[in-house]
Amino acid sequence: MAGAGAIWVHGELTGDGDLANISAEVATLARTLGEAAGRDVVGIVVGADPEGAAGELARYVPRVLAITEPATADHAAGTIVGQRIAALVERDGPAVLLTGAGPEGRDLAGVVSALTGWGVLVNAVAVTWDDGPVVTMSVFGGKLTTTSRLTGDHGIVTVRPNVVTAEPAAAPGAVEAIEAPGEMTLPQVPIVDRLEAAGVAAPIEEARVIVAGGRGVGGPDGFKVVEELAAELGGAVGATRAAVDSGWIPYAQQIGQTGKIVKPALYLALGISGAIQHKVGMQTAETIVAVNRDPDAPIADFADVVVIGDLFEVAPAITAALRARKAG
Amino acid sequence: MRIVVLVKPVPDTASGGERLRPDDWRLDRAATTAVVNANDEYALEAALKLTEAHGGEVVLLTMAGAAAPETMRKALAMGATSGVLVSDDALGGSDMVSTTRVLAGALGAMEYDLAFAGADTSDSGGGIVPAGVAALLGLPYLSYAAKIEPDPEARTVRVNRITPTGYDVLEAPMPALVVATQALGEPRYPSLKGIMAARSKALETKALADVSVAGGDGPVGGAASTTAVLGAEAPPPRGATRVIREPADEAARQVVAFLAERRII
Repeated sequence: MAGAGAIWVHGELTGDGDLANISAEVATLARTLGEAAGRDVVGIVVGADPEGAAGELARYVPRVLAITEPATADHAAGTIVGQRIAALVERDGPAVLLTGAGPEGRDLAGVVSALTGWGVLVNAVAVTWDDGPVVTMSVFGGKLTTTSRLTGDHGIVTVRPNVVTAEPAAAPGAVEAIEAPGEMTLPQVPIVDRLEAAGVAAPIEEARVIVAGGRGVGGPDGFKVVEELAAELGGAVGATRAAVDSGWIPYAQQIGQTGKIVKPALYLALGISGAIQHKVGMQTAETIVAVNRDPDAPIADFADVVVIGDLFEVAPAITAALRARKAG
Repeated sequence: MRIVVLVKPVPDTASGGERLRPDDWRLDRAATTAVVNANDEYALEAALKLTEAHGGEVVLLTMAGAAAPETMRKALAMGATSGVLVSDDALGGSDMVSTTRVLAGALGAMEYDLAFAGADTSDSGGGIVPAGVAALLGLPYLSYAAKIEPDPEARTVRVNRITPTGYDVLEAPMPALVVATQALGEPRYPSLKGIMAARSKALETKALADVSVAGGDGPVGGAASTTAVLGAEAPPPRGATRVIREPADEAARQVVAFLAERRII
């Protein structure tokens, strides 16, 4: 038994087989909850070569189970990992399985929930413990914050990026290689090719600083101004749906209702009006600075600072001022 | 080719009227108008383009309240042929487990080559139901599609799944379940002709008793919910906005000073 009533955390792998940053955050959250609740905390990694990521996860939690699953090397992983974890949690009965709320965590949670019947609390922005997880979620695009709990003894929680800061434990935990439990009955979907996308940037969900451009940027060339300022701030480039639908920047950079939900320390919006479909993706940023020509743009109502002016003048001036400050 | 698209009516984000009823924390559907969930529109658009290219038809599948036909007509006006609505008072307050089991049961009774679902919904936005539906039906699951290429002759489908560095190209036999994203392309606006035609398209309504629920014999619906809402509140308001109206250099100086003050730089 790996502890009935324990808190489990799923260690998600990147394409290179490393531990995903979101999992380090969720593991830190799991450890904090375990300490507060007096529950065991167990990490679980399933992959073709899980040792490296399992070792990484063990920096955050006292015990990590590693399952070798060769098929994940060249098949869509969610269904495969989901079946293994579903079999394990049914056998060992942890109180909760925590996972990231990104694409991999969502695929996993869907499979595990369907196979076990366990409930799912989604997109947690805070988790506390009261004889089970008590989860704060942001719904309707951040217009409401709800607090929810599980009605049974077991469940799954998906956790948003940037909810906690990843912090290794005082002492590293132990990794245990275990046999894969359960049957693999669901169809495995092969990866027949891998394509690199042009201009791939760091995942915007994890960025501490995001500089984003909207319709006001005017075209793909206009994004150079956005990119320069982002580079100077060590941040990522984001965009609105209008900019993405116009083909100025890849969909991966889109923030808002049908794109990514982000929570950076700084969100710098250039030429973005702040329509509700965009606002829902970024309104929980700690600090919002906007540059817009229109003083009546909705973003002026919820930004901390709004500069009324031409972004093509103001953004390069901010870039220059940052450089001058660095030069000292 | 026959494609079933899972479509959810959601409160219109632009209306600003979304709220929960304080007695049971369920969505107050009277407080706002419903629209087709935006990601489902991308799924529907992709399905329509594929049936236009390869022949066939698009059928909607919805689990929602009694007012859902109004929203489904908007999706029919875009070009779907017909729809199936699962609606039952007992399903009010369903959690994701129940929703997954009922949708899987309803889909399992339909004929299709492909089933499409949007990546998540704009209300609760869990993004986990499609993976569960595929698991309960034993369907190949191809998620986060930026491109969907069926080969009706070979009865296979290829999907470019979005990854942090590009795409994994997945291939599976039909029938399969594909999760659609905005990267598939902008949805069309319904034409006037489409709106007129939608009025007479077939919408079949099923009660819970008409569905062979997937995933075991356990009860579904609000009374069987695995999660409970304890409370809801508006998030704390942001502070006052500071407006800077200065020439670019001075505005930039003030912004940088502000960022330094907040210890962002």
